Amino acid sequence: MNHTGSYLVGIDIGSTTVKVVVLDENKHLLFKQYERHHSKVREKTLEILRQTEELLKNRPFRVSISGSAGLGVSQSAKIQFVQEVFATKIACDRLLRDIDVVVELGGEDAKILFLTGGNEERMNGSCAGGTGAFIDQMASLLSMTVEELDNLSFSHKQIYNIASRCGVFAKSDIQPLLNQGANKADIAASIYQAIVNQTIAGLAQGREIKGKVAFLGGPLTFLYGLRQRFVEVLRLDEKHAVFPENAQFFVAIGAALDSMRDEATTYEDLIGRLLHAESHSGSISTLPPLFETQQDYDDFTARHHENHVETVDISAYSGGAYLGIDAGSTTTKIALITEEGELLFSYYASNFGQPLEVVKEQLGKLLALCGERITIKGSAVTGYGEELLKNAYHIDIGIVETTAHYYAARHFNPDVDFILDIGGQDMKCFKLKNGIVDSIMLNEACSSGCGSFIETFAVALGYGIADFAKLGLFAKNPVNLGSRCTVFMNSSVKQAQKDGAGVDDISAGLAISVIKNAVYKVIRARSIEELGEHIVVQGGTFLNDAILRAFELEIGKDVTRPTIAGLMGAYGAALYAREAGLERSALISAEELERFTHTSKMAECGLCTNHCKLTINTFNGKHKFITGNRCERPTGKAGKEQLPNAYTYKLEKLLSYQPVKGKRGRIGLPLGLNMYENLPFWYTLFTTLGFEVETSGISSRNMYVKGQHTIPSDTVCYPAKMLHGHIEELLEKGIQTIFYPCMPYNFNEETGDNHYNCPVVAYYPELLSANITALKDVRFLNPYFAPHARKAFTKKIGQYLLEQFGIPVKETRAAVDNAYDAFVAYKEDIFRFGDQALQYAKEHGKEVIILAGRPYHVDPEINHGIDKLITSLGLVVISEDCIDFAGHRKKVDVLNQWTYHSRLYNAAEYVTQHEHIHLVQLVSFGCGLDAITTDEVKNILESGSRFYTQIKIDEINNLGATKIRLRSLVEAIHTTQEQKDRVSVQ
Amino acid sequence: MAKLEYDESGRLLFTKEMKEEYTVLFPMMLPIHFTLLEKILRNHGLKAELLKTTHPQIVNYGLQNVHNDTCYPALLVIGQFMDALNSGKYDLHKTALMITQTGGGCRASNYIHLLRKALKKNNLDFVPVISFNIAGMEKNPGFKMSLGLISEMASAVIYGDLLMLLSNQTRPYEIHKGESDALIEEWVEKLTHESMNALRLKKNLYKIAESFSKIRIKKVDKVKVGVVGEIFIKYAPLGNNNLEDFLRKEDCETVVPGLLDFVIFMCDHHIDDVKFYHIRLMKGFASKLMKKLFTHLQNQMISVLKQFPQFRCPAPFDEIKSYAGGYVSSGNKMGEGWLLTAEMLELIHSGVENIVCTQPFGCLPNHIVGKGMIRKIREQHPQSNIVAIDYDPGATKINQENRIKLMLSMAKEKADSALRFEYVEPYFSGDTDEIRAAQ
Repeated sequence: MNHTGSYLVGIDIGSTTVKVVVLDENKHLLFKQYERHHSKVREKTLEILRQTEELLKNRPFRVSISGSAGLGVSQSAKIQFVQEVFATKIACDRLLRDIDVVVELGGEDAKILFLTGGNEERMNGSCAGGTGAFIDQMASLLSMTVEELDNLSFSHKQIYNIASRCGVFAKSDIQPLLNQGANKADIAASIYQAIVNQTIAGLAQGREIKGKVAFLGGPLTFLYGLRQRFVEVLRLDEKHAVFPENAQFFVAIGAALDSMRDEATTYEDLIGRLLHAESHSGSISTLPPLFETQQDYDDFTARHHENHVETVDISAYSGGAYLGIDAGSTTTKIALITEEGELLFSYYASNFGQPLEVVKEQLGKLLALCGERITIKGSAVTGYGEELLKNAYHIDIGIVETTAHYYAARHFNPDVDFILDIGGQDMKCFKLKNGIVDSIMLNEACSSGCGSFIETFAVALGYGIADFAKLGLFAKNPVNLGSRCTVFMNSSVKQAQKDGAGVDDISAGLAISVIKNAVYKVIRARSIEELGEHIVVQGGTFLNDAILRAFELEIGKDVTRPTIAGLMGAYGAALYAREAGLERSALISAEELERFTHTSKMAECGLCTNHCKLTINTFNGKHKFITGNRCERPTGKAGKEQLPNAYTYKLEKLLSYQPVKGKRGRIGLPLGLNMYENLPFWYTLFTTLGFEVETSGISSRNMYVKGQHTIPSDTVCYPAKMLHGHIEELLEKGIQTIFYPCMPYNFNEETGDNHYNCPVVAYYPELLSANITALKDVRFLNPYFAPHARKAFTKKIGQYLLEQFGIPVKETRAAVDNAYDAFVAYKEDIFRFGDQALQYAKEHGKEVIILAGRPYHVDPEINHGIDKLITSLGLVVISEDCIDFAGHRKKVDVLNQWTYHSRLYNAAEYVTQHEHIHLVQLVSFGCGLDAITTDEVKNILESGSRFYTQIKIDEINNLGATKIRLRSLVEAIHTTQEQKDRVSVQ
Repeated sequence: MAKLEYDESGRLLFTKEMKEEYTVLFPMMLPIHFTLLEKILRNHGLKAELLKTTHPQIVNYGLQNVHNDTCYPALLVIGQFMDALNSGKYDLHKTALMITQTGGGCRASNYIHLLRKALKKNNLDFVPVISFNIAGMEKNPGFKMSLGLISEMASAVIYGDLLMLLSNQTRPYEIHKGESDALIEEWVEKLTHESMNALRLKKNLYKIAESFSKIRIKKVDKVKVGVVGEIFIKYAPLGNNNLEDFLRKEDCETVVPGLLDFVIFMCDHHIDDVKFYHIRLMKGFASKLMKKLFTHLQNQMISVLKQFPQFRCPAPFDEIKSYAGGYVSSGNKMGEGWLLTAEMLELIHSGVENIVCTQPFGCLPNHIVGKGMIRKIREQHPQSNIVAIDYDPGATKINQENRIKLMLSMAKEKADSALRFEYVEPYFSGDTDEIRAAQ
């Protein structure tokens, strides 16, 4: 068969677009077309193919399909399928010369191909952003088009750290920047930087991107700013950065070229096959409809309409009023109410990334409407922008979101014991007990599934959000999409489309999945009773009837949804202001407002190791206000009282182990994971032996970035990832011998059934050794040691150091004794600090937080300054290792066999025995063991009727959600205390 | 009805009385092996029942009962149990659950505790849970891990490994489709209580190999794909979305390392504990004996297979162990530990260069011994072609299969040298602005 004789057709069906190319017998491109398919995959493909009729009619040709959404079509139409990365490779092999690496970004996929030095191809893992969809999402967050974002990126002056692993993370980094008034050009460039970082860390996974690099796919074809970022970061010159023509058609071209192996077909045959391709819906799993009949829907609507607030015409009203503002992360809500709680004025809209301006405009309107007739007696503000707005417009009270929502919810249902709030970007739920927020659950770290999520899908499928939601109400067979994070959901929807689900079924399926995500992932309810008896749902997302219905069906119970569901934060703030009993609000006047000006400047605080990114806002050219700070030092208000903080104490203590010149030369210890606790031990051992012991020092974001290109597993915890940077740091210092032992067993504190380290802490040195190429050029020592068995350890390390350095065993033996002594002394010192801190708290009437985590959570790059945030709220901070629990075995329901984790159980128990001590658990995202400890710690605390607060930490540097939790906790502590006092007085 | 009895730590015991009355449920992992195990347990007077359920409700029960960051196997196993208990099929007051308990520093050692927690939360804490282990953890009067039972189970593991190994090699090539599976069924039926006797083992192993050698096959070149990973996900179709089925449909020959290596590995690391840290001397001694027994059995299988040169013969344990040298220390023992790295290397050494490394999303040991070693393996063996796939309730089959397909494309390209291209000068018409406008 003469393969070269026929035309070749390649079809690439991606997540968002269809691309078709026709090549002639000489592989010349005769036809190309690129269109969005809005999930009508087969129809769109046919439409484009019909345009090739003239070219292909009466001429046999060969055809292949490729692309992430192409598999289904290829199967049902019986057309050969080519995996898309492989298609890219074929196209690159044939069309480009001397390429070493190919980077391809698509709508939802990112791929990298290494063509020289060991062929290798990778796609983004299941937990990854950094793609076209991610850019779309970010652009809409900045309320601009992708083109505008691209243009803007060129005028950036600085780059911020934006978490790159997943869109959910990136958003939570960008939002506060926006709210703090950072320059959008800088943010645009930072978004691109995040994508580049993601490509280097997530995709290349330890392989360097060097040589001649070709860039493919839509975003890298059209977005010049993104191209520039890649070229700059990878340090490529013009010769080494290749942006081929038709880069977005490479997959289609590859598919066409691959079709050479197949039987030829004809135009009629191809069209016929596509026309008759039954979308096989065999594997699709469906759910019962949301509403069976129109009557059901009407009853439902009527029932929910009962929960509404009376409105009063503002132009007719005169008297006192209260103002509430909820400056959320993406939306701003304003409510002005009468003394009776009726609504005079309300506003609900996106803040367009400029909360100050939006509020200024609305306040202006509002104040004009009030005129002389209405006196604003009190005002309160809540939400992410609370402090900024409070200072700018002289709002009387700032309150935490949970309080605002509770005030609003109990207005509709005085017995409310559970509130679920789903907003555009975040999801909050709180349980209430006796009017106190008992526990809070927020969607943090992984996965959102909130309002904007549905909106994104609606837009992608070509609908407005309202129409999209309506479609779902009467869908016959809602698709079962499970409960999972946004990134996964994209591919579930893809699969559903592939299997022929209609848009209505997808809409209903998404609504149900948002609810399942809330119930099973965020709330983690085991039973419906657990949620509570009196449930109030709110947040803009619940205005979507499909979602409200899905929730009621899922929990099998009617709930209260106020008609002002989207306004609840502001309404609650207004109610709070009303209760404050003020006579006249200090709120900015209409005249002052008109003259109000605002400028902002970004700065980095250098007063401690957290390096907070500060925004210095200047109001009216003179009044300065700083945001982004964790403590009061940069504001100059510090110094009034330094509360004990074990985290800073321990860190300073560790930094005091300075190198001492010695006869045996330098040895480097990476300061990460268990080295945060074992440093005194190893330092003393080696210093005694005459080594000059250098550590890699304190972590920083920069250090992380330095090492990220050698991280092989992107789902491991941040503290472990950090170690790659620490090794680079030591190498940069020119250290020739690095010691980092593998320690499956920890020191034995006799606190559990065993005394293991977790697998990551135990074996990470092996991973470093296998993945950091530069370690081959130095002496990297990672022997296995178990320090709990002192006698065996002494013998083993004596042998080891004799072999490695020729150190006489006797000398080592003496050094080991020193090391054990130093370790004990270090631990006793920490206990002593704990005692003193507790004593201080007692004397000064302060509450104490045990910020319980791991020794390595002391690292400021890992804890992001949460310890300082707590002391700034007026609480004393100690850590779980400040109290000597040695020998105390807490009986728990799980296997208690890891030394660090046993401390958590003991600390929790300790808290239940001490009224003024509370526990906040720090959990690193990806920590598999904390999946077990968190439930257990929670149980212990709750069995003693104490609050459990968990904070998940990752590379995200945004403390917004953390602040809500901590402030709510403080509030709850105080309220409980007041209630107790009241009881005791009676 | 049996009385509920507790030990001094408050653990509900599985009593002798229960042994008479109760049905003992245990979860599926390896279809062949566990069916044989069910048989053995029944022969030892236990009303054992292997759970073969696979429906999606299992995952939902798992999500409701286990912290969703806990590893996927725990979620599935506990989900499968809770699903069974809720199915109405069993008298809850006459049902016990049996689950393996491995011990060690991996969080997997917590499965049994998480299961008990789930039972408690569902007010089912009257259902006894039996720990299935050979290390002597959690004793029960109604179920004893006797030496006889251990030796029979070891035989079952050998039979299972051999049946799996042989059928994987004949199934893709058989002329009469279904012959291999029919043969498995026949053998599983035929292997009785008596066959588990170690003395009859070798003879039976030979008969099995002989029977598979008689399957008529058409030897064509197929891409060989090795499957390694976290033990449950690697073996259980419920855990890996029917991976073997998928590979079969993609026209591959699947190579799955046997279970016995993992069993020996479990003994071996106790021996190494003594070597490394000079601790737990007694356990080390006992493990040495166990290892000896299991290695002896493995050698029997290998010597039988040597008589059938047409079949791939697995390397003995100590040889596999030697492959990990230079990659990870044999002190790396949590989860699958060094064995996982070694299995990948053993596959590569025996010519199986395409590998799927499976693990639950966020699996702690696999960060190191799985994903963490792939780079180095590829450096040393550039011809190897490894893809790491994560499994969890959120991951979709389409995503996983697409990634495996990529690996297979590379494998097939290598196999098909006719696919080599020469460079052609591209001809392009039109400009990008036009296309941009079309968007």
